[in-house]
Amino acid sequence: MLTTEERQRHPLLKKLHLDGPLLLGLLTLCIASLFIVYSASGQNMDMVIRQAIRIGAALATLFVVAQLPPRFYERISPLIYGLGVLLLIAVLLIGEVGKGAQRWLDLGPVTIQPSEIMKLAMPLMIAWFINQRALPPRFLRILAALTLVLLPTLLIAKQPDLGTSLLVASAGLFVIFFAGLSWRLIVFAVMLVLAFLPVLWIYLMHDYQRQRVLTFLNPELDPLGSGYHIIQSKIAIGSGGIDGKGWLQGTQSQLEFLPERHTDFIFSVISEEFGLIGVTLLLALYTFIIIRGLIIALRTQDMFGKLLAASLTLTFFVYVFVNIGMVSGLLPVVGVPLPLISYGGTSMVTLMAGFGIIMSAATHHRLIIRDGYQ
Amino acid sequence: MRTRTPIRDHDAESSLFAGRVIFAIVVIIGFFTVILGNLYHLQVDEYNDLQTRSNDNRIKLVPIAPNRGLIYDRNGTLLAENLPVYSLEVIPEEVTNLNQQVTDIAQLLDIEPEAIEDFERNVKTQRRFNHVTVLDEMNEQQIARFAAKQHKFPGFSIEARLVRHYPFNDLLTHVVGYVAKINRRDVQRLDEQGRLPNYAASRTIGKLGIEKYYEEQLHGEVGYRSVEVNNRGRVVRTLNTEPPKPGSDIVLELDIELQRKATEILGENRGSIILMDAKTGGILAMASTPSYNPNWFVSGISVDRYRSLLNSRHSPLLNRATQGGYPPASTIKPQLGLLGLQSGEITPTTRIWDPGWFEIKGVDRRYRDWLAWGHGWVNVSKAITESCDTFYYDLALKLGVDKISDFMHQFGFGEKTGIDIAEEIPAIMPNSGWKRARYGEPWYAGETLSVGIGQSYWTATPMQLVAATGVMANYGEFVVPRLLKGYGTLSELDAVEPEYKPPVAVDKPSYWQVVHDAMVSVTSDVHGTAHSAFRKAPYSSAGKTGTAQVVNLGEDEEYVAEEVAEKYRDNAMYVGYAPAESPEVVIAVAIENVVGGGGSIAAPAARRLLDTWHKRYHPEQYEEVENAND
Repeated sequence: MLTTEERQRHPLLKKLHLDGPLLLGLLTLCIASLFIVYSASGQNMDMVIRQAIRIGAALATLFVVAQLPPRFYERISPLIYGLGVLLLIAVLLIGEVGKGAQRWLDLGPVTIQPSEIMKLAMPLMIAWFINQRALPPRFLRILAALTLVLLPTLLIAKQPDLGTSLLVASAGLFVIFFAGLSWRLIVFAVMLVLAFLPVLWIYLMHDYQRQRVLTFLNPELDPLGSGYHIIQSKIAIGSGGIDGKGWLQGTQSQLEFLPERHTDFIFSVISEEFGLIGVTLLLALYTFIIIRGLIIALRTQDMFGKLLAASLTLTFFVYVFVNIGMVSGLLPVVGVPLPLISYGGTSMVTLMAGFGIIMSAATHHRLIIRDGYQ
Repeated sequence: MRTRTPIRDHDAESSLFAGRVIFAIVVIIGFFTVILGNLYHLQVDEYNDLQTRSNDNRIKLVPIAPNRGLIYDRNGTLLAENLPVYSLEVIPEEVTNLNQQVTDIAQLLDIEPEAIEDFERNVKTQRRFNHVTVLDEMNEQQIARFAAKQHKFPGFSIEARLVRHYPFNDLLTHVVGYVAKINRRDVQRLDEQGRLPNYAASRTIGKLGIEKYYEEQLHGEVGYRSVEVNNRGRVVRTLNTEPPKPGSDIVLELDIELQRKATEILGENRGSIILMDAKTGGILAMASTPSYNPNWFVSGISVDRYRSLLNSRHSPLLNRATQGGYPPASTIKPQLGLLGLQSGEITPTTRIWDPGWFEIKGVDRRYRDWLAWGHGWVNVSKAITESCDTFYYDLALKLGVDKISDFMHQFGFGEKTGIDIAEEIPAIMPNSGWKRARYGEPWYAGETLSVGIGQSYWTATPMQLVAATGVMANYGEFVVPRLLKGYGTLSELDAVEPEYKPPVAVDKPSYWQVVHDAMVSVTSDVHGTAHSAFRKAPYSSAGKTGTAQVVNLGEDEEYVAEEVAEKYRDNAMYVGYAPAESPEVVIAVAIENVVGGGGSIAAPAARRLLDTWHKRYHPEQYEEVENAND
C-alpha cells in the first residue's frame, strides 16, 4: 500500500528497512530523554552517558530486528513464547530477589529479566496462533488464545510485577481485539473483569498492592507514607504551570522532593520544568509515533504483521497512558516507566526491538508477496 | 503454516482490522484528551495551590533570636549583659561513626559521662540533619583543645551564642531578677498571648524582677532567614534575611553604689532597705537579704542547689522589699496621728496622761507602753517624737479599726504599691469585716489597740512603708515607687514620667506641718527615738522608728532579747526622709529578729545609707566644709 512516490523518496531508508517518520519520532524522544535525564538525575553527567549508551544499544537492536522479515518472526513465535514461559517458571524457582520481587535470572555473565522477553513473545505468539485460521477467530480459538495470554501474565504477576504483567497481558489481548473479537464478547469480558475485581482485591492482591490502590484513591490519607509519592508528584506537575519553571529549575525535582524522579516519575520533572506547553508537545510526539505505528499496521499486507504492528503500537500507548496516568493521580501507582524517556535499560531495548518488528512489517512486504500468500 | 485454511477473505479481514484500528485511534485520542484535561486541571486550575505547596516544601524560615536589651543603672553601669558562650554542636547526618567520634571527643575534652548520656538521648529525638549539642558552655581550654584537632572531627563545630550574665551576682537578684530557660508553662502563656512566634529562636525568658516585668521591651523581635532546603532538610542556599530587632536597652533609677551600701549595711541580717526619690518615686536602692546568685538560673540550676535555696530557713528566694509582710509597728504613728487630727478626735494640743499603761473600761487588762514608767503628759507631737504607745492606744480606740483601715488604705497599706516588678504582695490592712471573713470572729477592742501601734494582724512591706512615708514627705501627694528610669541608653534616654495615686487630702495643711515637725523631732530632739542615730548628721531629716514584737507577751512578762530564740526576737523598723525642709529621698528599713529596736538598729542603718547618699548627691556641701577648714 506504500505509494511509489514514498518508496522513491527514501530509497536509502527503504534499503535499510527503516520507516522514516517513525524513526524521526523515536530519535526526537531519545534526544529529549538525554536532556531530561540530565535534569532529573540532579545533573549527573555519568547517568546521561549511560543513558546515551543504552539508547545506542536500543537503536542497534531496532536496526537488527528490522532487517529480519516478519515471516522469520512468525516462524520462531512459538519457540520464543515457550522459552519465555520456561524462563518465567525458572525465575519463580531460582530468581534473584530485588525490591521485594523476583524478576531477574542470573545466568553467569548476564542477568536477564524474562518478563521483558515476554513483552515481545506474547504478541508474537498470539498473532501467530490467531492467524492460523480465518478471522474473526472462533470462540474456542479465542478461549485457547486467552489461556496463552493468562499463563505468562499470572507467572509475572506472581513475581510480583503488576506493571509488566499488565503490559504483557494487554499486548496479547490487543492482538485478539484487532483480530476481530466480537463486540458482544468484549462487553461480556469487561463485565466479567468487573465481577472479578472483588475476588482480585480479597484473594489475589498483595498487601502492598492493596495499599497502592487505597493510596491512589486518597493520597492525603497518608501524606508522609505511601501517599507521599503521588502528592509530591502532583505538586511538581501543578507547580510547573503553563510554561514551567525552566530546565534544571524544577525545585520539586532538583531538591529531591520528588521520588524516583529519573525513572517512573520523570514525567513529573518534565511537567514541572516545561509546564503544560512542554507536556502537550510530548503528548503530541507520542501521538505521532502511535498513529504512525497504526498507519504502518494498516498498510502492511500480511495479517500476522498487521496484528503484531497494531498490538505493539497499542502496548506502547498503554505504557504512556499508565505512566502519565499514574504520576498525575489518575491511576494507581504501578511500576511502569515513561517509554523511551525514563532512565533505565531493559525496557528501552525491548521497546526499540518492538519498533524494529513494526519497521520490519512496514518494509518487508514484497518478500511476503513473493512467498505467494496473496 | 501448512494448516492454514486456504479459503480466507483477505479483503474482509483487512477491513475488519481497519475498523478496529480506527476504533483504537478514537480510544487513544479520547484517553490522551482525559490525560491532557487532568494536566490542565493541575497546571492551570490548581496552579496557585500547588505552587504554594511547592514553595512550602522548599522554603523554610529559620528564626534568628534578637539580642536582649541591656540593663543599666542611673549612672550607666551595666547591670545585665549578654556574653558569648561556646557550645560544641554536631549534625549527626554528617558523621559516619558518631559513637566513636563522640567517645574520642569526650576523652579529649574531659566531658562527664552524664553529659554524653544526655547527648545520646537528644540524638535519638532530633532529626538527623539538625544541630545537636554535645557540650554546652565550653571553657577556654576545651575550645583550644578542640580547635587544634577540629580537622579530625568533620560534622562537629563550635557555635557561639549570647547568654545573659549578671556581673553583680547576688547584689541585684531581687531587683533585676534573671532570665531562665523557657518552660512548658511559658510556652502556654506566650501562646495564649499570641507572642509565641516571637520566641521561635529564643532559649530564655525573663522569670523574675525587671527581667520579667519588662520582658516585652527587653526581648526584641525575632528575625528570619528564609532558606531553600532539600527533602532531607539540608540548607541549599539562603534566599532572604530579615534581621531580628534587638530588644530595647533600659535604664533603672537604681544607683549601684547605694545598692551596694544598703546591702552592706544589712550584712548578715535578714531584712530590707529601700531608698526612694521623694519626687519621682525612683528607687535608688532596694536591698533584700539574704540573696543568691541569679547566674545559677540562666542556664539551668541544679536540683540540689535549688532545693537548698527553697528550704533554707533564711528564705533567700523571698524578696523582702516587696514580699516581706512585717508588722509596721510605730512607723505608722505619723499617719495615725494625722488621722486623729483630721477626724477631730484630737487637736494638736490634746493631751493625755500616760502612766506607762492603758486600760479599756470594763476590761481587766493593762496594755503596756514600751516605757514602763510612762511618758507623763503627752500630746500628738510628743507621742510621735517619743513613740508613746499609750497615746495611740487611746486614739485608736476612739477612732475604731474600720476608720483607721480606710484611712491607711489611702496611704497604700493593704494594697500593692504598683512598683514595676511582679513579685509584690498587698500585705494586710485589717478591719472588722476582714477579720469576720478570714476567721469568722468579731473584732475585739484589744485588737484595735494593737492596730494603734502597727501590730495585730497589720502587716506592711518595706515598699509600702517607703511609699506611705513618701506621702508624708510630700504632704499628701502619692508618688508610685518605680525602678525604671527610661528606655534606651543614658545618652539617648526615653524617660518615663512618674506615676501618681490619688493624693491623701486633709482639711487643714497645718495637720501635715504638725506631724512633719514631730517626725523631724524624732531625729533632732534629745528625746527623739532616733536622736542618737542622727546626731551631727550634715543634713536635716525626718523619721519614725518602730520595734515590732514577733511574739505576744503576757501582761506581766518581761522581754529580754538575748534570752529568746533568734526567730522570736523583735524586728527593727525605720522610715524617714531627708532633707527635712525639702525632701529628696525617702527611706524604709526593716531588719528581722535583732537584739535592739528601731532606734538602736534600724535608725543607725538608715543614717549610714543616708550619709552615703548625701555625700554622693551633695558633694558641694562637703567641699564647702573642707574649704572652711582650710
